[in-house]
Amino acid sequence: MSKYLPLWPDQASTMAGQVDALFIYVLLVSGIMTALIFIAVTVLAIKYRRVPGRKAQQIEGSTFLEIGWSVLPFFVMITFFIWGAIIYFQERTPPADATEVYVVAKQWMWKIEHMEGQREINELHVPTGQNVKLIMTSQDVIHSFFIPAFRIKQDVLPGRYTTLWFKATVPGRYHLFCAEYCGTMHSGMGGDIVVMEPQDYAKWMAGGPFAPLQDTGKELFASLGCATCHRSDIQGRGPNLQGIYNKPVLLEDGRTVVADENYVRESILNPTAKIVSGYKPVMPTFQGIVSDEQLNALVAYVKSLSQPPVGTAGLQGQPAASAAQPQNTQVQ
Amino acid sequence: MATKAASPVIPVNQTPKLNYLNNGHGLKSWLLTTDHKRIALLYLVSVSIFFFIGGIFAMLIRLELLTPEGDLLSADNYNKAFTQHGMIMVFFFLIPVVPAVLGNFLVPLMIGAKDLAFPRINLLSWYLYITAGILFLHCMLNGGVDTGWTFYSPFSTEYTNTNIVEAGIAVFIAGFSSIFTGLNFIVTVHRMRAPGMTWDRLPLFIWANYATSLIMILGTPVIAITIVLVAVERLFHLGIFDPRLGGDPLLFQHLFWFYSHPAVYIMILPSMGVISELIACFARKRIFGYKFVAISSMAIAVFGFLVWAHHMFVAGISLYAAMIFSFLSFSVGVPSAVKVFNWTATLYKASITYATPMLYAFGFIGLFTIGGLTGLMLATIGIDVHVTDTYFVVAHFHYVMVGGVLMGYLGGLHFWWPKITGRMYPEGWAKLSALFVFVGFNLTFFPQFILGYLGMPRRYWQYPPEFQVLNVLSTAGASILAVGYLLPMIYLLWSLRYGPIADANPWNAAGLEWKTSSPPPTFNFDETPVVTWEAYNYDEIPEKELEAPVAR
Repeated sequence: MSKYLPLWPDQASTMAGQVDALFIYVLLVSGIMTALIFIAVTVLAIKYRRVPGRKAQQIEGSTFLEIGWSVLPFFVMITFFIWGAIIYFQERTPPADATEVYVVAKQWMWKIEHMEGQREINELHVPTGQNVKLIMTSQDVIHSFFIPAFRIKQDVLPGRYTTLWFKATVPGRYHLFCAEYCGTMHSGMGGDIVVMEPQDYAKWMAGGPFAPLQDTGKELFASLGCATCHRSDIQGRGPNLQGIYNKPVLLEDGRTVVADENYVRESILNPTAKIVSGYKPVMPTFQGIVSDEQLNALVAYVKSLSQPPVGTAGLQGQPAASAAQPQNTQVQ
Repeated sequence: MATKAASPVIPVNQTPKLNYLNNGHGLKSWLLTTDHKRIALLYLVSVSIFFFIGGIFAMLIRLELLTPEGDLLSADNYNKAFTQHGMIMVFFFLIPVVPAVLGNFLVPLMIGAKDLAFPRINLLSWYLYITAGILFLHCMLNGGVDTGWTFYSPFSTEYTNTNIVEAGIAVFIAGFSSIFTGLNFIVTVHRMRAPGMTWDRLPLFIWANYATSLIMILGTPVIAITIVLVAVERLFHLGIFDPRLGGDPLLFQHLFWFYSHPAVYIMILPSMGVISELIACFARKRIFGYKFVAISSMAIAVFGFLVWAHHMFVAGISLYAAMIFSFLSFSVGVPSAVKVFNWTATLYKASITYATPMLYAFGFIGLFTIGGLTGLMLATIGIDVHVTDTYFVVAHFHYVMVGGVLMGYLGGLHFWWPKITGRMYPEGWAKLSALFVFVGFNLTFFPQFILGYLGMPRRYWQYPPEFQVLNVLSTAGASILAVGYLLPMIYLLWSLRYGPIADANPWNAAGLEWKTSSPPPTFNFDETPVVTWEAYNYDEIPEKELEAPVAR
């Protein structure tokens, strides 16, 4: 690839090849269509140019042709649609074994928090061969996390989490861009995705004493007084949070919602929005009291309460997939 | 610069027949006119001025992007430049250009009416447009706006310190101008057709403008309400869109695109109507599959309302919503494709001449095909995730908006210029400028497809150095394109005085507008025409001996 005139982006994730394959297919079909129309227009325009003594022949039209050139392209488009939807479905469905990384966007920087406690700004280090899920939110306006070499992008919104996942394949340094216009230094809100071999990554990750994110969350959980009501031993004034993550929760108004990251987040910031059945709306809001980083730590802690104890990992089934399974409907 | 409307043309060697241009002189006779043809000229002057201003911003953008560093403009000024470019081009040029200039002039003429149904409302719509325009220029001179033309909240409502409310009011008022135009067209087409001008005899330009009018009156109120909500949140901090106040930022995007996607069809449909007229005339044929072309306009108007969320595939909408909107977006591709196929088929066994309007029609078919097919790529969700919000999207919508709308407008303007002014434009210069436009356009925007797939995000003031070569190509193309646009501004003005005098029907075209004198009298027809023929009855119209009339 030329340094000065690149024509095709790097492929550095499992998704990149898939998106490129689809793009090349659509490009070929569109290229053929364009060529057919260009050739038809050119040939007809020359062949039927005005010559003295020849008149244009009036043709009414042809229902057969009209239906043909409505239906045939539509079938071709359906192939675009199906293939595109399959890829999109994969892009939007993070694998259950993905390592989680929290991302907080603000004008005009990316703040990254690894579960191990490592923090980075405008850089994200990831190992090859590992599924990585980004849990992202914004402190101010809408941003968009875009890694061209991975062919993925997701808007990052204030007030909620959006997620993005990938599996990097080729070590190297790749562009990270903000793709949603966010003000003055929008074009400066970029950085690097550093993809490393797993052993290099382990070395990088080991470089310092960090408290794991869920431990920070545990401390906050205690210092903010959450633990007085959300008790793990006896029934407190708030629901017991053990094992609730990604499980359906029956609400006071009869609805059922899945206790995903967004639900946990909302319950901290706006506790009365969705009251769990059997509880009273007594929890105060923590809006303006906890920062987005602290929220992430709290969410990570609540999620950690649903993880199998160390040593039995992998034996307890897939937590992310369980939400849809009916046998897991019991939650207090 | 803009074409001067205020200089009425009186053919020198002709007994000055009373026509709409010399029937009344002085500024007052123009500013208080209710004649749809004069109002069309008022619009022509004003949209040309806005096109020129929008074009200056385009040049600033392209000059800044010559180098990877942000050096010509400051970051804030760059952001303002692309915002003013977008807002001016969308709200003050692309939306009104074909309906308010060509449509205003031609709708009554083509259906054999004396004027539009509500001549005063027609004038009011121009005044609203001009008020909105002046307000926007005032806002621009007082620092401008930096949100992009999309006004995305919460950036627009709680973060930017530029003058969103004033720009919003300008767009709000401009919206009413287009609602009134739409209303006028719908009533006129229903109530004022000449005897015998049945629905299946209507020129396709009328069908296209009718479909456009439906979108105008159904869609525009939604953007008006959205802007009010933005202003309310900004001024009174009521939580509508900003989550900190309890709002939902995606709600804004849904409301905004519910209008702004159909608005794309407000822009392109009338130009498609122009292309049908041009191809029929210069191929000397009725349009292949007239009914299907007419129905496809209506289908686009309806389907256009069902695809808005395809602008939001990575915005945070649900997986299944994205799939449904992807599927619906493909459906709207069908009627657009039907038009292209029918135009191409019309060329079969035709008798084609290559006057400038026809060159623009050829250009339209080519560029719209590319614009449409890249639209299908964007509707393919797996691809859209990668290319949305990049230069790929920028290239795509310029192929449709500039390659489509503007090619159609320029083709139409040349085609009806003799009808509007009574003078021919200089054919040689016109062909040359059409070539400049075509070459310059492709050189400007084709490299942007590659830039987009490489991953260059849109609205970037500075960019990584490996994108420079393609950006330089694009800027070079833009300079050629600028010449292509300046030439018509000059020679069309020139033709007002020096162009050869046009007779009533210089193209030997079908259509009622060619059956009255050029320029037409104030009430269009000396006596109300009675229509006994179909649109595009070219077999009954003899061809002229000459090729297209040539200046000098």
